[in-house]
Amino acid sequence: MAEFLLPANSRIKKGKHFPASGESTNIRRYAVYRYDPDAGENPRVDTYDVDMDHCGPMVLDALIKIKNEIDPTLTFRRSCREGICGSCAMNIDGGNTLACTVAADSIKGDVKVYPLPHMPVVKDLVPDLTNFYAQYASIKPWLQSRTPAPPDRERLQSKEDQELINEPAACILCACCSAGCPSYWWNSDRYLGPAVLLAAYRWLVDSRDDATGERLDYLEDPFRLYRCHTIMNCTQTCPKGLNPAQAIAETKKMLAERRY
Amino acid sequence: MSLRSPLGRVLGLGSAKEGSSHWWAQRMTAVALGFLSTWFLISILLLDNLQFDVVSAWAGRPFNSILLLLTTATLAYHSKLGVQVVIEDYVHGPAIKVFSLVMSNFTHILLAAAGVFAVLKIGFGAP
Repeated sequence: MAEFLLPANSRIKKGKHFPASGESTNIRRYAVYRYDPDAGENPRVDTYDVDMDHCGPMVLDALIKIKNEIDPTLTFRRSCREGICGSCAMNIDGGNTLACTVAADSIKGDVKVYPLPHMPVVKDLVPDLTNFYAQYASIKPWLQSRTPAPPDRERLQSKEDQELINEPAACILCACCSAGCPSYWWNSDRYLGPAVLLAAYRWLVDSRDDATGERLDYLEDPFRLYRCHTIMNCTQTCPKGLNPAQAIAETKKMLAERRY
Repeated sequence: MSLRSPLGRVLGLGSAKEGSSHWWAQRMTAVALGFLSTWFLISILLLDNLQFDVVSAWAGRPFNSILLLLTTATLAYHSKLGVQVVIEDYVHGPAIKVFSLVMSNFTHILLAAAGVFAVLKIGFGAP
């Protein structure tokens, strides 16, 4: 039944402290979640004093500085450092976001950095997204058309048609929203979660796609879609400013619409 | 341990092809309860007092009896739908989940039957 405490081997302990070495006065303290499944130890929170006079402004800059200069064992994903690849999604100062687009200055007190919540942790700040990607694959995120493509040109879209998919197609699949959704925490084995439902909606409203009915059939399920209870954490936390909650509501409206 | 692929696990037993009727019923019963509970509260507040004979005389009038029956049935159905969602959200063991859902259904049907019986008894006299 209900579990109210983490299992004993999952409880987070106090970790090591790495004081600043230079004589800088502009010091910022980073509290970072550390976990190594191979070590057989509990997760811990290490604290690092970072000299911000010699560090870029973003939280990701500080993490890279920590890894390069203080503690090379710190593990995290990063790539584009400009908010388009979605690799550095993590929980910073209590909210899921991209480390590369959050300025350290915008955070009060110690900068607390944890992995995306309620995902299995591979190491430190790296969550296991296997299930998330499988869910994405399950909605067939590609064009399905029974209409043959014109022989001499691409499939045309009107400007209005394109505007419908502009926003949902801007999702970078960083998983901040899904990892911030309580419904996804409790039922991620069956609930698809906001990111994947936003992606599904992107194909539902694509004027070139002919599989709308089959796509809705796939989603019509108490768990896959209807675990969404409009909690809205997804929309609040999306680092790209997208609105998965609205896409899910529109999907529910489409399912209601085809009944009557 | 299972070596089933992650995609196979996500696809699972397939779509239940159900969910929109539950969702729609929950919204429609909510709208109905908005009207019915407003009527109920205003009517109760407009009574001279809440003594047994005053309230049962009010409940025994045909119009009030009919709306009370509707309120009872709608409330029980709406609550049944809501409790089902809570159980599906939080109860994960397959056996205890089915048991909880069945007990919830039985309880709601029992409460609805008791409420309907009470209103009918007042409405058809012999309190």
